[in-house]
Amino acid sequence: MARSRGPAIELRNVAYRLPNGRSLLNSLSLTISAGDTLILLGRSGSGKTTSLKLINRLLEPSEGEILVEGRPQSEWDLISLRRSIGYVIQDAGLFPHWSVERNVALVPRLGGWSDERVRDRVRQMLALVGLDAAEFAHRLPHELSGGQRQRVGVARALAADPPILLMDEPFGALDPITRAELQREFRGLAARLGKTIAFVTHDVREALLLGTRIALLAAGGLAGVYSPEEFLHASEPEARAFVDSLGGDVPCAPPNSGGGQV
Amino acid sequence: MNFFQFLVQQRVEILQRTLEHLWLVAAAMGAAVLIGLPLGIVLVRRRRLRRWVLGAANVIQTIPSLALFGFLIPVPILGGIGASTAIVALALYALLPILQNTYTGIAGVDPAVLESARAMGMTPRQTLWQVELPLSMGVILAGVRVATVITIGVATIAAAIGAGGLGVFIFRGVAVASNAVILAGAIPAALLAITADLLLGLLERRLTPHSAARE
Repeated sequence: MARSRGPAIELRNVAYRLPNGRSLLNSLSLTISAGDTLILLGRSGSGKTTSLKLINRLLEPSEGEILVEGRPQSEWDLISLRRSIGYVIQDAGLFPHWSVERNVALVPRLGGWSDERVRDRVRQMLALVGLDAAEFAHRLPHELSGGQRQRVGVARALAADPPILLMDEPFGALDPITRAELQREFRGLAARLGKTIAFVTHDVREALLLGTRIALLAAGGLAGVYSPEEFLHASEPEARAFVDSLGGDVPCAPPNSGGGQV
Repeated sequence: MNFFQFLVQQRVEILQRTLEHLWLVAAAMGAAVLIGLPLGIVLVRRRRLRRWVLGAANVIQTIPSLALFGFLIPVPILGGIGASTAIVALALYALLPILQNTYTGIAGVDPAVLESARAMGMTPRQTLWQVELPLSMGVILAGVRVATVITIGVATIAAAIGAGGLGVFIFRGVAVASNAVILAGAIPAALLAITADLLLGLLERRLTPHSAARE
């Protein structure tokens, strides 16, 4: 899975305004290198979710340009762009009328894979996220716990092997124990799969634990990009505020700095 | 002669009128679903249109049925004496619950689910057929069920413009002041309505996605 460490995603002077003129994002420039797990960290309303949704064009930038794998979004077919970007949101957003199997199979099926290949892939993906296919494949989302739903959400996002993964507070709605468990597994997974990941959170512990880079957003702009190590010692006031909120309780070990360099 | 002997004696005509009645209802419901379902879907996408269309359907609903049948008689093509006019009027009545429920059902699909569908690269058409319609099927069918029961009832009045159906007995019974004749139309009509309600209710429960039913 060798990948060049070029930019996988590049935002160039991107602004986003609501139809009513309110600005959510002003002139954001940000590069995410292939294989990195970039955390978009910020308070509520800082523009982090907006930035994420601009990447797979759930939102259209009002100004500026976004390059995905070196190509401007405008050159991408919208549907194939989205199918090569996995997407995981807080409550997983699973289709409630579909079984776990069918949910995970979605993107491969849309891509026209053969039934057999889809079935194999689903099994493989469920195993990857730690769910026993025999037990879970036929369950409906409401028959799962929050943590299990989130695992299925990750499996669905990874099913078609997209090079890029967008995650919007995927573990935000989970209890602390389940969250810690999923975070731990996610670290391992991210390091092993070598995907380019953009991960939105307002939880600074999560950012330090999972990120290879941390992009700090404040009031619709970029306050700085740091490695987790740098972030802890950054002098930027917003970064300080986040670090101070830890109260000295710094999560162990700057996370897998080598993640994705396979 | 008691009432039951009367029914037995009239069985051929009762059967014939019941079939006529069913035809009126089926044709009207078919037309109402064919128009109401797509229109309801369009209303979700075009909110501006929504007020006008639902408003118009509401107004139609308030016209007394006998008056609506009467209004349609002089209308060219759609109108005139007979079953086709009745079917047009019945379809107009059935439209509102179908429109309303299609709109409500689809507009009520969880936005997070729709965002996922978009983000996964589903086209709008795929999202409609695979996500929005299945998830709102229960609500849409509830509308169809209400519309069917209304139509079965209103269709008895269609006899007034020569459309046939079980209303023929009712009007005849009123004219000759015979309860037995009225009941020969009213009882089968009521039974049709109850049966349709039960069957569509069953279908509704079967097609309502599990989770949606529980939430």
